[in-house]
Amino acid sequence: MNDEDLPQSEREDPRREFRHILMGLASASVLTALAFFLAVAKPLATGWLLAALGGLALVQIAAQFRFFLHVDLKKSHRDDLQLVLFAGLVIALMVGGSIWILFNQHARMG
Amino acid sequence: MSEELLYWLAGDLRWSDFPPKADMIATIAALIVVAGAIGVVATLTIARRWRWLFDNWLSSLDHKKIGIMYMVLAFVMLLRAVIEAVLMRIQQALSVNAQGVVSADHFAQLFSTHGTIMIFFVAMPFISGLINYVMPLQIGARDLTFPFMNAVGLWLSAAGAAILMASLVIGEFSTGGWSGYPPFTELAYSPGEGVDYWIWAVTLSSIGTTLTGINFATTIYKERCEGMHLFRMPLFCWTSLCTAILMIFAMPPLTVATALLALDRYAGFHFFTNGAGGNMMNYANLFWLFGHPEVYILILPAFGVWSEVISTFSGKRLYGYASMVFAVMCIAVLSFTVWLHHFFTMGQSTNVNAVFGIATMLIGIPTGVKVYDWLLTMYRGRIRLTAPMLFAMTFLLCFVIGGLTGIILANPPVDFQVHNSLFLVAHFHNMLIPGTLFGMIAGYMFWFPKAFGFRLDERWGRIAWACWSGGFLAAFMPLYWLGLMGMMRRTAISFEAAYQPWLNAAWAGAALIVCGIVALGIQLVVSVRRRSDLAVPVGDPWDGHSLEWWTPAPPPEYNFARRPRIEDTEAFTNAKRDGRAYHAPPSYEDIEVPRNTLIPAGIGAAGFVCAFALSWHIWWAALLGLAAMWAGVVLRSLQGDTERVIPAAEVQRQNEAWLDCARQTAPVTRFAEVERINRGRAMETT
Amino acid sequence: MSAGKNLHPGINLGHSDPAGHHQAEPVMFGFWIFLMSDLVLFALLLATYSAMSVHGVAGGPEPRDVTDLASAGIETALLLLSSFTIGMASLANKYHDDGRRLLQWLGLTAVLGIGFLAMEARDFASLIAEGAVPQRSGFLSAHFTLLGCHALHVAAGLLWMAVLVLQLMATGLERALRLRFMRLALFWHMLDIVWVAILTFVFLYGAAG
Ligand code: HEM
Ligand SMILES: [Cu+2]
Repeated sequence: MNDEDLPQSEREDPRREFRHILMGLASASVLTALAFFLAVAKPLATGWLLAALGGLALVQIAAQFRFFLHVDLKKSHRDDLQLVLFAGLVIALMVGGSIWILFNQHARMG
Repeated sequence: MSEELLYWLAGDLRWSDFPPKADMIATIAALIVVAGAIGVVATLTIARRWRWLFDNWLSSLDHKKIGIMYMVLAFVMLLRAVIEAVLMRIQQALSVNAQGVVSADHFAQLFSTHGTIMIFFVAMPFISGLINYVMPLQIGARDLTFPFMNAVGLWLSAAGAAILMASLVIGEFSTGGWSGYPPFTELAYSPGEGVDYWIWAVTLSSIGTTLTGINFATTIYKERCEGMHLFRMPLFCWTSLCTAILMIFAMPPLTVATALLALDRYAGFHFFTNGAGGNMMNYANLFWLFGHPEVYILILPAFGVWSEVISTFSGKRLYGYASMVFAVMCIAVLSFTVWLHHFFTMGQSTNVNAVFGIATMLIGIPTGVKVYDWLLTMYRGRIRLTAPMLFAMTFLLCFVIGGLTGIILANPPVDFQVHNSLFLVAHFHNMLIPGTLFGMIAGYMFWFPKAFGFRLDERWGRIAWACWSGGFLAAFMPLYWLGLMGMMRRTAISFEAAYQPWLNAAWAGAALIVCGIVALGIQLVVSVRRRSDLAVPVGDPWDGHSLEWWTPAPPPEYNFARRPRIEDTEAFTNAKRDGRAYHAPPSYEDIEVPRNTLIPAGIGAAGFVCAFALSWHIWWAALLGLAAMWAGVVLRSLQGDTERVIPAAEVQRQNEAWLDCARQTAPVTRFAEVERINRGRAMETT
Repeated sequence: MSAGKNLHPGINLGHSDPAGHHQAEPVMFGFWIFLMSDLVLFALLLATYSAMSVHGVAGGPEPRDVTDLASAGIETALLLLSSFTIGMASLANKYHDDGRRLLQWLGLTAVLGIGFLAMEARDFASLIAEGAVPQRSGFLSAHFTLLGCHALHVAAGLLWMAVLVLQLMATGLERALRLRFMRLALFWHMLDIVWVAILTFVFLYGAAG
């Protein structure tokens, strides 16, 4: 494994990695604080509020994958990125489908 | 002894749970299991084979041996499940306006164990075994990435199978079918140990399967030999990869479903109960989130086998390799989008049903592509009708019928008519027997010479094929008709005289299937007896084209003296054509192989204890079993020296002996491959 | 697969131990796959929870009755900080040969993890004291199961950490151990990600909905 062969952005560097982790902490803190604020102050109508909270969670999950787990678009991380994206697809299908089905059934039972 | 103390010690287990049982047939079955166990122990003792068994097999981490053990497990369980199937067929044939031979409750246990065993302890071990054996060889690897975990997977599956065997002797099994739907399987309606047996047997198997899937996927991603790009892999490896991915993502829903059911039963939760906000429909949803991908786990490896068998015995490259790969990937992804077709009738709106119905029909497209590709592979090939190829013919014919009935069932309005009828039973057996089971049998016949160094007897192979094919058609085609006449599945007694002739035909077919199994047994015995006549030490009896044929038969522990380097999908074929297939490599090197260890078998045994104790509420033993399982894992992490080195000189000696043997062996043409002169060196192809 | 070029995302050994790095590749990939499988499990528990929290209340407590935002906030802070500390532990694992620094960061992580579990235990105890037991309704069954499953994972992570620390003290930071620490770090980060989903869909939705 020869470090020199890699593009600048992929070389080993403890300081850069440290900055990464700090950024992870900072972004997660900000996003969490924002979410708590929304949930407590309720500045939006319920539907929008829930959507905003869900959106913030997705952003935070993406940020944690990026900064803590270092899954990104670099070529050397492709296998893992593909794996995570495929898992995301499966989860979306399963969770989305289940919720659709269960709420639909429930609505018709009333 | 006080009741309380007894409960602490033995949970709900009492003497009355042991044989003899209330019903004569059940007692006989229990005795057969006990006698079988005693017989195995006695044989091993008399033949002084215990050491051999432990040293060579039970403690092995070699993917080839683990593969073979998986298949032994599958064959043993197949025997039991087929006997149960025949019993069910006899019962239904004799119970039109009559009592038949078994009670309704016993009949329910029969279809529950039959279904559970066939899916989890026949088809799955068969698949894991075949992939285990073949895939690393095909990609030019020395083993799977995680040999220890591989063995753990095997022993967890074996522990699950052992729970099913135990349930035949001690207590009773679930009557809730292979799908275990609540609320019937809740404590209120199924209070005994049966459902618990089912839950834990399935849980053991699903943990093992998840581990195995992770292992297969990692191996295919990370252990391919030089030059083996993904798109140069043999099709069997592609199907293995897709199966592995399905195992990884489809097992969690099953785990969730059974775990929540267990919480309901053990801790009084209300996930699927009738009252207190429980929702049994969520169980169906979770179960089929697993169940549908599961059927593709079962069929995809068989697709891989068919691709290898058909192209080899047609003497042609596989037609449309890229379209085959693409089709498999489509099928794998689509299989996560159709689970609702198993419960069209559960009450969701037409729109929901329509979406899932259409998604289901879409799967027909890539599947059709595959069928055409197989046909075009045969087109203008010089086909040799060996036993595996004959099975392939039956497969192609029957699979199309089964697929068409699947498309019919994908129409919600039609499904409303035939849901849970024998039409459905006919449909899924039509996929599972000619598809999965025949695929596994064909794979077994195809790769047997590789694994053991001699071919299987061809004549008995053909007899087996005739019995299985005829038996299948006779046993299952009538069920379509019965289903349309309105006969429901899982019925112990019926009251419609018009069913009778069809039920008779079905039972005759089942009897013919039994002949097929007997023929397979005879084939094995005859072949072992004549093994020197059938020997193929050079290792390439069928003029194969993938790397597994480029090794001695049986291959050495480390698979390849030097890991191959390839530049084409047909590397071995090219080497044979250029006359350099059996040239010595320039140099040899030391090879590390994993040392044997008994820890995985220990983990399996602990898993069995845990599952058994949980089923009978023997809490101390359950905790002990669980702790022992984890202790095994920790113990392994403390083992320092897990590899053994085979010195280069030894590798060289073995490899040169093989090369000498190859050079001294007269090549045979494809058309003499079932003759005695086939010593495993197929003629260089031109 | 051009050998070697496949650096393992972030959590890796890189050039500080090239041979170990090479060995790490399949091992880490396998562990990633396991994590994704585990993630599906959590996703389905969450889907079950979402249905149950609406349909399974059965006249008992509703989500908003069992949501204690203050407590959830503290739990979130603890877990997020522990994600940071285990990130620092990974850096120590990669760039420092003596295990001391690694041990310090792991110790901090363990304290945070135990604090998280203690808070959750307190939540559970107060719910049970109010009669909001899992046997009360489908909704509460789902609530306890989802959170309990996550807590079990955290506890398993802590146990794993304990075993590794004992090994570290016995043998020093050898290669096999480094690889195991890398996997532990991945596991721990993933639990934080799962928590983000739980926080949002259980607690914040409970408070907002
Ligand atoms: C070898 C010949 C076989 C015969 C004669 C046979 C026969 C039967 C019969 C009679 C039933 C009960 C049908 C009913 O409910 O009325 C059944 C159910 C079933 N069989 Fe088979 N079968 C065979 C092979 C297989 C194979 C190879 C598989 C799977 C790999 C399989 C999987 C199942 C399943 C999943 C059920 C449903 C069990 C349930 O209702 O819960 N069978 N089979
Ligand atoms: Cu299906």
